[in-house]
Amino acid sequence: MSTLALPYLSVLRVRFQLMLQYRTAAWAGVATQFWFGAIRVMTLVAFYVGTGQQPMNLPQVVTYIWLGQAFLAMLPWAPDAEIAVAVESGNVGYERLRPVDTYFLWYARALAWRVANTALRAGPVFILAALILPLTAMADWRWRLPTGGAAAALFVASITLTALLSSAFTALLNIVLVHVKTPRVGNFAMGFTNLFSGLVIPLALFPHWAQPFLLWQPFAGLADIPFRIYTGALAGATAAQGLASQVLWILLLVLLGRWWLARVLAHIDMQGG
Amino acid sequence: MAQITVENLGKIYRVTARDPGLAGAFRGLFQRRHREVVALNQVSFSLEKGEFLGFIGPNGAGKSTTIKILSGILRPSSGRCTVSGLVPWEQRIAHVARIGVVFGQRTQLWWDLPVVESFELLRDIYRVDPVRFATTMERLVDMLKIAPILDTPLRQLSLGQRMRCEIAAALLHEPRVLFLDEPTIGLDAISKLALREFVKELNRNEGVTVLLTTHDMHDIEALARRVIIIGQGKVLRDSSFEAMRNEVLGERRLIVDFADDVGEVAVEGAEVRARDGRTVELTFDRAKTAAHTLIARVAAAHEVVDMRVEDPKIEEVIARFYAMHGAVEA
Repeated sequence: MSTLALPYLSVLRVRFQLMLQYRTAAWAGVATQFWFGAIRVMTLVAFYVGTGQQPMNLPQVVTYIWLGQAFLAMLPWAPDAEIAVAVESGNVGYERLRPVDTYFLWYARALAWRVANTALRAGPVFILAALILPLTAMADWRWRLPTGGAAAALFVASITLTALLSSAFTALLNIVLVHVKTPRVGNFAMGFTNLFSGLVIPLALFPHWAQPFLLWQPFAGLADIPFRIYTGALAGATAAQGLASQVLWILLLVLLGRWWLARVLAHIDMQGG
Repeated sequence: MAQITVENLGKIYRVTARDPGLAGAFRGLFQRRHREVVALNQVSFSLEKGEFLGFIGPNGAGKSTTIKILSGILRPSSGRCTVSGLVPWEQRIAHVARIGVVFGQRTQLWWDLPVVESFELLRDIYRVDPVRFATTMERLVDMLKIAPILDTPLRQLSLGQRMRCEIAAALLHEPRVLFLDEPTIGLDAISKLALREFVKELNRNEGVTVLLTTHDMHDIEALARRVIIIGQGKVLRDSSFEAMRNEVLGERRLIVDFADDVGEVAVEGAEVRARDGRTVELTFDRAKTAAHTLIARVAAAHEVVDMRVEDPKIEEVIARFYAMHGAVEA
């Protein structure tokens, strides 16, 4: 292990192990996500009945929704709760006592949080929607496997980028939090994130003219791009564009976050004590 | 060159102020008033390698602000300082890798992790060589007697146990400078004594430079050879502990239990301060009269059952000093 990355990887590992302890929350999450997934499948099925040609066919959309439920915890809905507490108490300055880059420390924590939470939820949702649902009368509403090896491999690459992108968003939310000093920045971010990541309606179902913009905006990489790659709705050159969009936004957000945090921390005051 | 130099350090906090009542709150919506609070005003001192400095002063005097600036987590408004040649807030990462810091009021370990895992995480964060780390940790665990609690999560430990772990954590990367900000706050007597003993040895045997802030004068008495008293952001005194005590209260007390009822007690170099039956309390100036001379004089003139010399209580010394300098928070 390179010593350059060692502190961050260690924080990541420890944090990941810690997050895996929250089993009750995870099970509650699985139940909620399965329930909402079923409702959204029903809604979209109702829309699809009797309509003509759509950019995604019904099995693709249904699978897309299940992916959305399985990877829900990947979305950067809220800043890091512990950092939120530290900001409110003014203890955030103490992070500066560690001989590490504070941005990448936060980034590593965020990554561990996103991946651990997702790891706890994705498996059970998959078992329910992909393995058990086909055995019932609602077999048409099941989560289908990728269309081929290429789609599967690209999906793995894309969902990995999603984790990195989502962590960059989370780190950015943490920084906004230092500025506004209220943990509710998440509420504002949530609406945006849900709509533009494709969680409300798959982005492919938005008007045709909006498609180039939708692919290249930062939120698409959080859900829509990997999900469309999985279902085969995004393949070949467009899939490559999707991955490029993800990489681009990871780089931009990390650079922005690192620059911003350095500015913020340089001016933070911790009075008293 | 001195290990720590502080020159004309100043820190001004801006706090938002508003007039009382609804009208005040309303005005505050449009016009924010800021009040400037001077936390540090031209603070200067320097510290040689291996020194032990006690930093005392009333609440709000600027002790913590100074430590925060020295440890690199706060930027001063003016002045400069270096620790081992580095400017803390400018070369932060290199600087914090070389110092150890303990804040008594907050933890630097991870609440949910067993102590040993926190230590290992710190090893990676400070990039300490694993072999060297194992040796250091073994030594610290042994000296601070924390072996039995290493596998317990921090939140299940008592304050005394926790503070010993905090001290160990601050020393795992073998810093040459240690900042202790009220490390004994809330500790019981035994934990305090153990902590003092450890820090004393660390300073004496390993030459670690220590800067300690505390409100417990017994910490200062037991540990610090040199004391800086700070009040309202200014250095009021910088001297040895003894010199400070002698200056502020040069007066000592000799308490004598006489064998018989004595009449008027007159001893050269001392005055009667109080008497209660056969017990008489004499006061004398330590600079003018040595205790043993006085004792010899009393014993030669009277038959005595018991005698003891007392110093004024250290809290009394400090309180009087603060009052003399108007250092107490307004």
